Amino acid sequence: MNYWNPTIECMPREELTRIQNERLIETVKKVYHNVPYYRDKMQKIGIEPGDIKGIEDLSKLPFTTKQDLRDTYPYGMFAVNLSEIVRIHASSGTTGKQTVVGYTRKDIDSWAEVMARTLASAGTDRNSFVQIAYGYGLFTGGLGVHYGAERIGASVIPISGGNTKRQLQIMKDFGTNILACTPSYALYLAEELEEAGIKKEELKLKAGVFGAEPWSESMRKELEERLGILAIDIYGLSEVIGPGVASECPVKCGLHIQEDHFIPEIIDPDTEEVLPPGSVGELVFTTITKEGLPLIRYRTRDISSLNYEKCECGRTLVRMNRVTGRTDDMLIIRGVNVFPSQIESVLLQMGDTSPHYLLIVDRVDNLDSLEIQVEMTPSLFSDHVRGIEEVEKKIRAEILSTLGINAKVKLVEPKTIERSTGKAKRVIDKRQF
Amino acid sequence: MLVKQISVFLENKSGRLAEVTKILGENNIDISALSIADTTDFGILRLIVNDPDKTLKVLQENNFTVQTTEVIAIAVEDRPGGLSEALKILSEYSIGIEYMYAFVGKATNKALVIIRTDNPEEAVKRLQESDIEVLSPETVYKL
Repeated sequence: MNYWNPTIECMPREELTRIQNERLIETVKKVYHNVPYYRDKMQKIGIEPGDIKGIEDLSKLPFTTKQDLRDTYPYGMFAVNLSEIVRIHASSGTTGKQTVVGYTRKDIDSWAEVMARTLASAGTDRNSFVQIAYGYGLFTGGLGVHYGAERIGASVIPISGGNTKRQLQIMKDFGTNILACTPSYALYLAEELEEAGIKKEELKLKAGVFGAEPWSESMRKELEERLGILAIDIYGLSEVIGPGVASECPVKCGLHIQEDHFIPEIIDPDTEEVLPPGSVGELVFTTITKEGLPLIRYRTRDISSLNYEKCECGRTLVRMNRVTGRTDDMLIIRGVNVFPSQIESVLLQMGDTSPHYLLIVDRVDNLDSLEIQVEMTPSLFSDHVRGIEEVEKKIRAEILSTLGINAKVKLVEPKTIERSTGKAKRVIDKRQF
Repeated sequence: MLVKQISVFLENKSGRLAEVTKILGENNIDISALSIADTTDFGILRLIVNDPDKTLKVLQENNFTVQTTEVIAIAVEDRPGGLSEALKILSEYSIGIEYMYAFVGKATNKALVIIRTDNPEEAVKRLQESDIEVLSPETVYKL
């Protein structure tokens, strides 16, 4: 069994709980005294740090949502002096504004630790060559995996995303053992490898850590078959830390959550009631080691369930089920978070009325595609083919620059997009996970 | 001397064209000329009708996106070279042609052509100077 930190990963539950209790108490004190947002929220419900004696008091604390981070954009919820922040990352916000997260030196260290556990679980060691095809930049994927791999002492190939020909060449020539990227990109690479006539036996691939988007068991089997690897699911979100929050072990029966850093809960998304182990509901995390941006009961909007049984792999860390859906309308397209409302904002800028639109998400040749159908309005119409094509081009360019994804834009006739009396059905997702 | 042409946005779906002609038929509108500019996803249907204002209203009521554009209608000799003489004049005066399409009217010995140019007033002036017959809107609507 490949543990990075067996002491923690196989720790008896009572000891783990003791650690969590201590760290939770410290975290609540820290946010109460340093983050006005949390102090106000707690005072409103009449809670003081002294009222929290351990994880059993977690439900007394208020929730945190993405909207809270938006409202305090960019640094309003940081709990330390900005001079102590050594790293900033950001991810999509519901409209325009990004969600900003900050890390202290110690946070970067914690992140490397949890990511090392993730990678070790897949069999990474200091002799491994790790090809990181997650994007490097404000996105937490690239750098997150990078620091974890370096912590292990593996040889990191920081290739980032894109340039598939190069990816294949490097995989073959540099002797990649561990691949880190989105599962759909991995499938795409598998296809390109086959087309280039490169057999999996010619490669040194052992395993892959895949995440940032939902993927199915059948996709996993396909990846393992075609690349000849162990394919494990990893989970994370930048608000909690980035990749490294949870990961599968070779038993592939749920993702172990790094509980000494993040305390999970499952709640009913409507009543906000905490649900017992085994129930399906919304995943909530409380960070208990982060200094820069500690979060109390952060609502992820991801749907999962918790399993506290000891795993065959020997780890005692609680397992979360693979995420099957969301409680909000966020889409993940090629690993990028997209909110339909962001697209609406872009369209609003184009004309004088808010046009009706429909998003069609599909997966063609293992790559996600997005088609945006927009109803034609008199202000968008022109007697020239060129004129209409310009409108389509302009929308495409705006979407690319705002969201970072290439979408196909199709102008359709008025009143052809279904109207509804309730919440408008803006998205048709043809993908099957 | 500028004629109102109707432009309609159509998706590349079957039945759209039939729908338009059905509506016009029901509303007693007579089409004398038409052309379609097409791309992969959509087309622009251009129509010369006997009542452009009514056409605009009726199509809009039926949820079509419509516009009127000013074009020129000319009549040229129905013989080889007839059209080229008219186009020669436009090119001499550097008047650009965006598109054109021809149709048959009830005028004898003449071929009728609809032209959209980037400078319609100038085009009309130059064509008339060279004795090319430019049809008045009233004439066109009565075709």
